[in-house]
Amino acid sequence: MSVHTSTETETVARILAEATSRHFGSPAAIEALSRQSGGASRQTWSFDAVVKGERHALILRRDPPAQRKTERERAVAIDRATEFRVLRAAYDSGVRSPEPLFELTPEDRLGEAYVMRRVGGIAIARKLLRDPPYEAARGKIAGQLGEILAHIHATEPATLPPLPRREAADHIAELRRSLDALGQPQPVFELALTWLDRRKPAPLDRPVLVHGDYRTGNYLVDETGVTTILDWELAHLGDPVEDLGWLCVKSWRFGAIDKPAGGFGSRAELWAAYERAGGGTVDPVRAHWWEVFGTAHWGIICLNQAFKHLSGSIKSMEHASIGRRAVETEVDLLQLLKQGA
Amino acid sequence: MAQDRPTAAELLTAIADFLREEAMPALDRTEPRLGFQMRVAVNSLAILEREVRLGPAADAREHERLVGLLGHEAPLDELNRELARQLRTGERDESDAPLMAHLEATIADKIAIANPKWR
Repeated sequence: MSVHTSTETETVARILAEATSRHFGSPAAIEALSRQSGGASRQTWSFDAVVKGERHALILRRDPPAQRKTERERAVAIDRATEFRVLRAAYDSGVRSPEPLFELTPEDRLGEAYVMRRVGGIAIARKLLRDPPYEAARGKIAGQLGEILAHIHATEPATLPPLPRREAADHIAELRRSLDALGQPQPVFELALTWLDRRKPAPLDRPVLVHGDYRTGNYLVDETGVTTILDWELAHLGDPVEDLGWLCVKSWRFGAIDKPAGGFGSRAELWAAYERAGGGTVDPVRAHWWEVFGTAHWGIICLNQAFKHLSGSIKSMEHASIGRRAVETEVDLLQLLKQGA
Repeated sequence: MAQDRPTAAELLTAIADFLREEAMPALDRTEPRLGFQMRVAVNSLAILEREVRLGPAADAREHERLVGLLGHEAPLDELNRELARQLRTGERDESDAPLMAHLEATIADKIAIANPKWR
């Protein structure tokens, strides 16, 4: 774990006061600034800005300067400036996502960073799945996720910044490169990737905005249901069914294994809501393909997380231990391949 | 030379029990972030305890199956490399029943160590 000193917090507060004042055109007092959980390289800070007696609940997203990103992080994640523009396009087209407010400049010396409005709700799956305040919300989440996803995919491409285009074949190649870099033989992942390669869906004529990490843990929920979709850094252009498949990967059910849609509902519920909200008709074969892909993808991410520790790029017991979760997806892959060969 | 008791598994269990029952509640009260990290550590110790107990026999079974499947002797890692190569090229695939039986058995042994509650 990285230690962040009070000096870092003071520096961030001072710079935020300047930048926030600039944005609102009036002096801003920064209060309740605190670093949220998250990696050392991709930070999230929560704070309030009091401007002319009005309190604004805000979030700073920040990649500190001179942070070493791994090659894979650079390869798949978009930079903060691009993320800001994706959020702007999605928010403006009516997607339930945080409102982006302004970007920090290089002269601010906070690294790549922007500020957005803070939205209420929690992301912690085990609370959402079990705690009484979310009883009513639980029944609505699968449908809401389908509806919001249709809106994301309907974002007008012309309003988006340049984004990487990733089709099935690109994803498979990327995962094979990861396995080669890790250097440990992985028969089950190799089996799954060859299965996927032989059945991969054809590229779309018109790829859409894919969120890229649409799963339980990456959206906020309050008593009324889903309030906002977070974590847009893996956004790209591609197949909309990728997001539907990823949401149904068993690892995001947190024990509610009979509810594939993020632990809250059936695939049929999710797909029906998606189609009702204007998403395309969901082909179950294509959805199954992306669910198998998502399962292999998460397993290889687990191996990569451990490798970040093992390679010395970060020192983290948490990352190291995630490596031992990869086998959970191997269990799931063998089950999935039996179902849908 | 054999060590005195506790065995590795017994010692790991004793450490995990101490951390879970005494250190974790104290941390949860004073340093919740460290309390979470301690949960991760305790969980990892439980994996190691199962690995010490079950790992050697599981590795031996995997090795024996791979020798049968690939038809020759070699160290475990080398056999797995050969199998992984065959699976990447598609020389073998899910239609191969002995292959699938081997993978099922291997993964069953792995998950019994890493997370026996996974289903």
